Amino acid sequence: MDHVLKTVNINKYFRKPVDFHVLKDINMEIKRGEFASIMGKSGCGKSTLLYILSTMDTDYSGELFLNGGLITGMKHEQLSYLRNKHIGFVFQFHYLLGEFSVLENVMLPARKLGDRSEPEIRKKAMDILEMLNIGHLGNNLARRISGGEKQRVAIARALINDPSILMGDEPTGNLDSHNSANVLSIFKKLKQEKGLSLLIVTHDEDFARETDRVIHMEDGMILQ
Amino acid sequence: MINWKVILGIARKHLLSKFKSTLTATLGVTFGITAYITLVSFMTGLNGMLDDLILNQTPHIHIYNEIRPSENQPVTLSKALEPGEHIVRHIKPRSEERNIYNGMPLLKYLKTQPEVLGATPRLSTQIFYLSGSIELGGTLTGVDILEEVRLSSINDYIIEGRPRDLKNTENGILLGAGLAKKMSLRPGDRLQISTVKGEIYPLKVVGFYQSGIADIDNIQSYVNLKTAQRILGENSGYITDINVKLQNLEKAPVIASDIERQFRVEARDIQEANAQFETGSNIRNLITYAVSVTLLIVAGFGIYNILNMLIYEKMNDIAILKAIGFTGKDVQSIFMSQALIIGFIGGASGLFFGYILSLIIDRVPFNTEALPTISTYPINFNPWYYVVGIVFALVSTFFAGYLPSRKARTIDAVKIIRGN
Repeated sequence: MDHVLKTVNINKYFRKPVDFHVLKDINMEIKRGEFASIMGKSGCGKSTLLYILSTMDTDYSGELFLNGGLITGMKHEQLSYLRNKHIGFVFQFHYLLGEFSVLENVMLPARKLGDRSEPEIRKKAMDILEMLNIGHLGNNLARRISGGEKQRVAIARALINDPSILMGDEPTGNLDSHNSANVLSIFKKLKQEKGLSLLIVTHDEDFARETDRVIHMEDGMILQ
Repeated sequence: MINWKVILGIARKHLLSKFKSTLTATLGVTFGITAYITLVSFMTGLNGMLDDLILNQTPHIHIYNEIRPSENQPVTLSKALEPGEHIVRHIKPRSEERNIYNGMPLLKYLKTQPEVLGATPRLSTQIFYLSGSIELGGTLTGVDILEEVRLSSINDYIIEGRPRDLKNTENGILLGAGLAKKMSLRPGDRLQISTVKGEIYPLKVVGFYQSGIADIDNIQSYVNLKTAQRILGENSGYITDINVKLQNLEKAPVIASDIERQFRVEARDIQEANAQFETGSNIRNLITYAVSVTLLIVAGFGIYNILNMLIYEKMNDIAILKAIGFTGKDVQSIFMSQALIIGFIGGASGLFFGYILSLIIDRVPFNTEALPTISTYPINFNPWYYVVGIVFALVSTFFAGYLPSRKARTIDAVKIIRGN
C-alpha cells in the first residue's frame, strides 16, 4: 500500500445542458510522498477529476481508494470526516472566511475535527504560519491581507490536520510570478521535509516542470 | 457528533458581522412579542374586569322558589277524562309562599357539603323608598353581610361606609348609589321605606352600594337579614334565596341539578345564567390571539428574508466549510442556531418590553362611574402569557430559519467553487 490515492475506471457524465462524457476510464494513482501535477487544456476534465478525488463530487462511476480503503459509496458524513482529516485543499481563489482572523481560519478544520485541545491547535496553527513566514499576520482579519498572503494562509489551513494528501486547483493561477514561485517552493519544502503527497492541477508549465510527475489530460482521458 | 462550540462560534461571527441585519430581524421579533404581551395582558385584563362586573354579582348556584303554575292541573288527574287532549286556558300560578320551604335546614345542609365553600341566605322583597311625597319602587335584600363579604366581592362595591357598620346597626341600610343621589341622602341620614302591604319602616343610611350597573344601583339596597324579616313580619327561618359558592366553579351545573332534584327548589348555576357572557370573552380572546399571531408571522417572514439573504451572501463560506470537512448538517446547524439566537434574544427582549409597557398601562388612570373598584387600566400579569410568548418566538424563528438553512445544507460546494 504505497499509494495515497488510486482510481479504477472512473467515468463521469455531465447531464446538463447536454449529455457529455467528461471523464473516460480514468486509472491513476498517487504514491506516498509524490508531488504530482495534472496539466491539460481548459475543459479537458482535470478540475472535474480533482473534485472527484477530493470526495466533494460523488456523482461518478468507478472506484476511488484513499490510503488503500475504498471510499466510493460512503455516506456524506463519512466523506466529510475523511475530507476533514485526510485531505487538504487549496483553491485558485484563496477562499478564506473573511470575517475570521487568519489564525481562526487556520484553526477551523482542527476545531471541527476536535481531536486536540484548543491550546494545542492554536500552537500548531502558529507553528505552521511561522513555517510559511506569515506568523505575524495571525491576528489580522483574513480579508485584510494581500492575495499572496491569503494563498499561504489557505495552505496553512490545508495542513492543520496533517492530511495524507494536499490537493490544489490551480493554486498559483491567480498569483503573480513572485508569489507563484513562493507557493511552489512551499510545496516542495513540504514534500521534502514532511514527506507530504501533493496533487496540483495547473496551467503553468514552469510550475509543472518542477514536480515529480506530470499527468497530461486531454478530452477526458489521461495521456500516457 | 456536532461540535457546538465551533458551530456557535461561526454563527455568532456571522450575526455580529451583519449587525444591522441581525438587529432588524431581532427587532422584528421583539416588536411582535412586545405587542403580543401587551395586547394579551391588556385584553385579558379588560375581559377579566368585564367578567367580574357581571360574574361577581352572580353566585355559583342561586337557589330560589320559582313562581309558576302547577304542572298537574285537576283535569289531568281525573281518570274519567282519560284518554284525551286537555286544554286549560288562563292558568294562574299556584298561591304559594315566596320563601324557600325549609330554607334554614337546607342552608345548614349545604354548608356541610365538601364541594361548597359557603352558602349565604338572602331575603329579597319589593318595597318603596319614601322621599317626601315621592315613592321610588325598589328591591330590598336582607343579607348576612359578613358572610357575603367573605364569599362574594360585595365589599368592592360598597363605596361609602363599611360592611361592619351595617352589621352593627340593626336598622341600617346600604343604599344603592343611584337611589342616594336621587334622594340626596348622606350616610347617617334617615330614610323611610314602605312595604307592599303599606307598612312604613324607618331605616338609617350606613353606606352606599354601587355595582356599576345603573339599573341595579337605582333600585337595589341591602339590610341585615333579621331586619328584612322583621320588616316583612316573618319568622327568622324565612328566606327567599340561597347563594352558594363552590370550591370549583366547573361543578356548578352538576351540583345545581342535584339540589333541584333533592329539595324541589329552583337552582340556577352560573354557567346557565351567563352563557352569553362566556361567548363574548371567548371571541375577544380569539381576536387577541389572531392579532398577536399575525404580528409574529410578519416577524417570522422578516427573519426568513434576512437569513435567506445571509445565506446568499455566505455561499462562498458555505462552500469552504463543506470543502474543509463540515457536513451539511453542521452548516444547517450554523444557520438554525442563528435563527434561534435571533428568536431567543428578540423574544426575551420582547417579554421585557411587553412587561414594561404593561406596567405603564397599569399606571394609566382610568376612572369611570360604572366601575367603582377600578382606578387604572386593568392588566392581567399572567406568567403563562410570557411562557407562550417566548415559546412562540422560538417556534416561529425555528420555522423561519428552517427553509433557508435546509437550502444551505444541500448547497453543492463544487458548483460554487467551480462557478467562480
